[in-house]
Amino acid sequence: MSAREEILERIRTALKDSPVAPEIPREYRAASQLDEEALIELLVDRLIDYKAQVSVVDNAEVPARIAELLADAGSYVVPTGLDAGWLTGLELEHDSRRRQDSAAAPLSVAELDGIDAVVTGSAVAVAETGTIILDGSPNQGRRAITLVPDHHICIVKTTDITGILPEAMRRIDGTRPLTMISGPSATSDIELERVEGVHGPRKLDVIIAR
Amino acid sequence: MRIALFATCIVDAMYPATARATVKILERLGHEVVFPSGQACCGQMHVNSGYLKEAVPVIANHVAAFDTEDYDVAVAPSGSCVASVKHQHPMVARSCGDKHLETRATAVGAKTYELSELLVDVLGVTDAGAQLGSYFPHRVTYHPSCHGMRLLRLGDRQARLLGSVAGIDMAELPEADQCCGFGGTFSMKNADVSSAMLEDKTANIMTTGASLCAGGDASCLMHIGGGLSRQGSDITTLHLAEILASTLEEPASVTGEVRISTGKATR
Amino acid sequence: MSTYLGMPSIPVYGTGNLHASESFPKAAHRELGNAQLRANLGHATHTIRDKRIAVVSELPDWEQLRDAGSAIKESVMARLPELLEQFEKTFTARGGVIHWARDATEANEIVAGLIRETGETEVVKIKSMATQEIGLNEYLEEQGIAAFETDLAELIVQLDHDKPSHILVPAIHKNRSQVRDIFLREMEGVDPDLTNEPARLAGAARAHLRRKFLTAKVAVSGANFALADSGTLAVVESEGNGRMCLTLPETLITVMGVEKLLPTWQDLEVFMQLLPRSSTGERMNPYTSLWTGVTEGDGPQNVHLVLLDNGRSAALADEKGRSALHCIRCSACMNVCPVYERTGGHAYGSTYPGPIGAILSPLMTGIQAEENNSLPYASSLCGACYDACPVKINIPDILVHLRSVDVDSKRGKKKIPTQMDVGMNAASWALSSGKRLGLLEKGLPLGRLAAGPDKKITKLPGIAAGWTQSRDIPAPPSQSFRDWWKKEHRTPEPDAAPAASQDQENQP
Repeated sequence: MSAREEILERIRTALKDSPVAPEIPREYRAASQLDEEALIELLVDRLIDYKAQVSVVDNAEVPARIAELLADAGSYVVPTGLDAGWLTGLELEHDSRRRQDSAAAPLSVAELDGIDAVVTGSAVAVAETGTIILDGSPNQGRRAITLVPDHHICIVKTTDITGILPEAMRRIDGTRPLTMISGPSATSDIELERVEGVHGPRKLDVIIAR
Repeated sequence: MRIALFATCIVDAMYPATARATVKILERLGHEVVFPSGQACCGQMHVNSGYLKEAVPVIANHVAAFDTEDYDVAVAPSGSCVASVKHQHPMVARSCGDKHLETRATAVGAKTYELSELLVDVLGVTDAGAQLGSYFPHRVTYHPSCHGMRLLRLGDRQARLLGSVAGIDMAELPEADQCCGFGGTFSMKNADVSSAMLEDKTANIMTTGASLCAGGDASCLMHIGGGLSRQGSDITTLHLAEILASTLEEPASVTGEVRISTGKATR
Repeated sequence: MSTYLGMPSIPVYGTGNLHASESFPKAAHRELGNAQLRANLGHATHTIRDKRIAVVSELPDWEQLRDAGSAIKESVMARLPELLEQFEKTFTARGGVIHWARDATEANEIVAGLIRETGETEVVKIKSMATQEIGLNEYLEEQGIAAFETDLAELIVQLDHDKPSHILVPAIHKNRSQVRDIFLREMEGVDPDLTNEPARLAGAARAHLRRKFLTAKVAVSGANFALADSGTLAVVESEGNGRMCLTLPETLITVMGVEKLLPTWQDLEVFMQLLPRSSTGERMNPYTSLWTGVTEGDGPQNVHLVLLDNGRSAALADEKGRSALHCIRCSACMNVCPVYERTGGHAYGSTYPGPIGAILSPLMTGIQAEENNSLPYASSLCGACYDACPVKINIPDILVHLRSVDVDSKRGKKKIPTQMDVGMNAASWALSSGKRLGLLEKGLPLGRLAAGPDKKITKLPGIAAGWTQSRDIPAPPSQSFRDWWKKEHRTPEPDAAPAASQDQENQP
């Protein structure tokens, strides 16, 4: 008998008392009642708690804010699908610091390691938990680009902010390669005290664009 | 109301003053107390030690003693024993396949209350000083026992009753929700861990400046008191029932048994 | 369904690192003697308790989430064969490869074989309880394959040649200064001026592992959740070491217990609220990665999953114990446990320490394996674990159940009954009759005599000596309550009963 057959048979035998699968009580919150301003305020509060840097700006100010945050970066990478308008605050088309990445034309890990920062969009955010979800869409790119560079600048549109996790998860396709990000990388492994900055980007800048 | 007292084996044999105090409180409120004479023990020591087979006759005895007697509610001055009656009795009856015992045990359990639960929820006692004449001029700290807290969800019933005793000076116990380490046969099978837990409990009690530690379970109090005594502390333990029963005229003794005064005291 | 010849006899127990090799009381005695360990554990567990309570009390629907989580897991157990087959289909359809492992040895061989196929001799690893349970690192080492732990706490333990003592924070028994000393001693090229600041220590780990991450071709992981309807796997982590392992290598091998399935994507919204708050006491952990088979151009293109039984089917066969398999490895139970807090994880022997380990280990190995029958007694039954459990596993009830399994397993096998057996038998006789107890209580004055003028008993024989090791027993009373009731209690006359509540206005 193969291992597969044997394990399945063991499990069926273990369940010979035929336990009944219960109804799932889903009485937990499925939606929040917050308006846009309250959502922004909550998200900002939670992100700051994680020691992320946050700015809330009008759409028109996003390019300038990005340029400002990248002022010290020797190089940065963007996914090819990033809204081109967001980069207009930088040296127009020919910023020599800029690299592009896509699944079709990926940078190598070594190349990414030499890049200081990354700018991406995001799929959806959760105010209550300070979480930003990336789903690998063209404006967010491959998972590696938001991982290897040490500084992640992430733009969240106010229309993508949800109040609680179930609202956010119901908006996304679970079969895409997903990364849920709640602040810069951190660890609680020494005396269970949280410190920021381990293997993932040590600096997370969130620009909330309205 | 006709109230059946389940004294519990440890109180019956080792701390009779606690049961006498319970009777006193209930009679003071004008209720009739009966003592089903067949009662002995709830059997949780057997159940918690894995001796289910040996627990069955103990449980059957309790159920028999309490389902034949005519009463409105039963009460025990112990969260742990009440939790056993309510939760373990039907469970053990079920696992030994005795449907009849399970039904009867469930019925007895439904009528059984822990003392503070009965006083607050059924008898409407909110101010022990005013309603029971409770008077106890001592600095007291309070340990909420695990089974009352987590199995019966007594919440702050015991603490509020104590706090409403006239003359009492309540001192908050740091880390009050931590187990004292008794755990029945745990205190013998895992004596080292139990002792380590007890040390922290008694150390916390000593920081309060209280002259005694009150609680709702005689077994935990025996454990804590045994530790305090061994460490040479003057702090003693006393069951909540005895504090509630204590009055200006008939004060509870804080060093030993409650003296049941039969003399006529004048105010 | 057809019955094959050679149908497996149930239960088939687990192997690997699931055993206590010495009894819990003995191991606990040793660990309790380590003052530094107790101080470290006390500090860490109290820190995490406060954090957990703060973030849990923020959610108005915490109890509803627990109810949903508990029901989902119960449903998974009831439907496990069906869900496993569904998951196999969905995962395979997305380019993943499934392997089935009956026990630790088989799982180790599968993983080693997959690594060998890549031609690599080094792998990076994300902290995983399943691989700890099967002893994968040790097996790979024997096979000439080096496995590098990348989680900070696992790295500390690995560098120190130590064993994990906690399922979430394997190095919880070490404080910051001890960690610095380990790094200075064992970490190649470490800054000799390294301080004990946690941020500096985390920085040292980053520098140490960076090259490994960037060059690794193979990663080995565990998984927190697997979704049957989509074939999706999830890893919940903090540091980004998980993302590194799950994203950069070409080959990803995941080892996961069969019980980790969730039926649907929607179920994940429940567990992603329950897990982070229960484990690290955060509203959300920094990083969660989800992958569904292979995504072209993004992440590993060679994706494997080893589905592990190793005693899980045996645990499932115990109707009263099977809910132990609902565990999502958050560690909240050990963080609130007064026993774990004082003994630490090593005292439990098994990969799974604390209250959940005290039930899970013997369920997976059988109660008679090595010293695992001592584990269910490693609890005062205070119930703190049950209150903290995000999926409401009634750990105290299962502990009691396993104690009875232990007692029953020995019935009729011992030539001479133990003191406990004798005591329990006698107590059963005495305590199953009011008359018999009453008669015995006539002997109370004797105990009073034994207590002497101090009115306390300070030394008892036999198993009861454990009690008097640190506690006195008060002198028994001269008269039992039962006796007093019979001889002295007089029911007050209805009129004479001072109904104090009616006297309120007359109070002085």
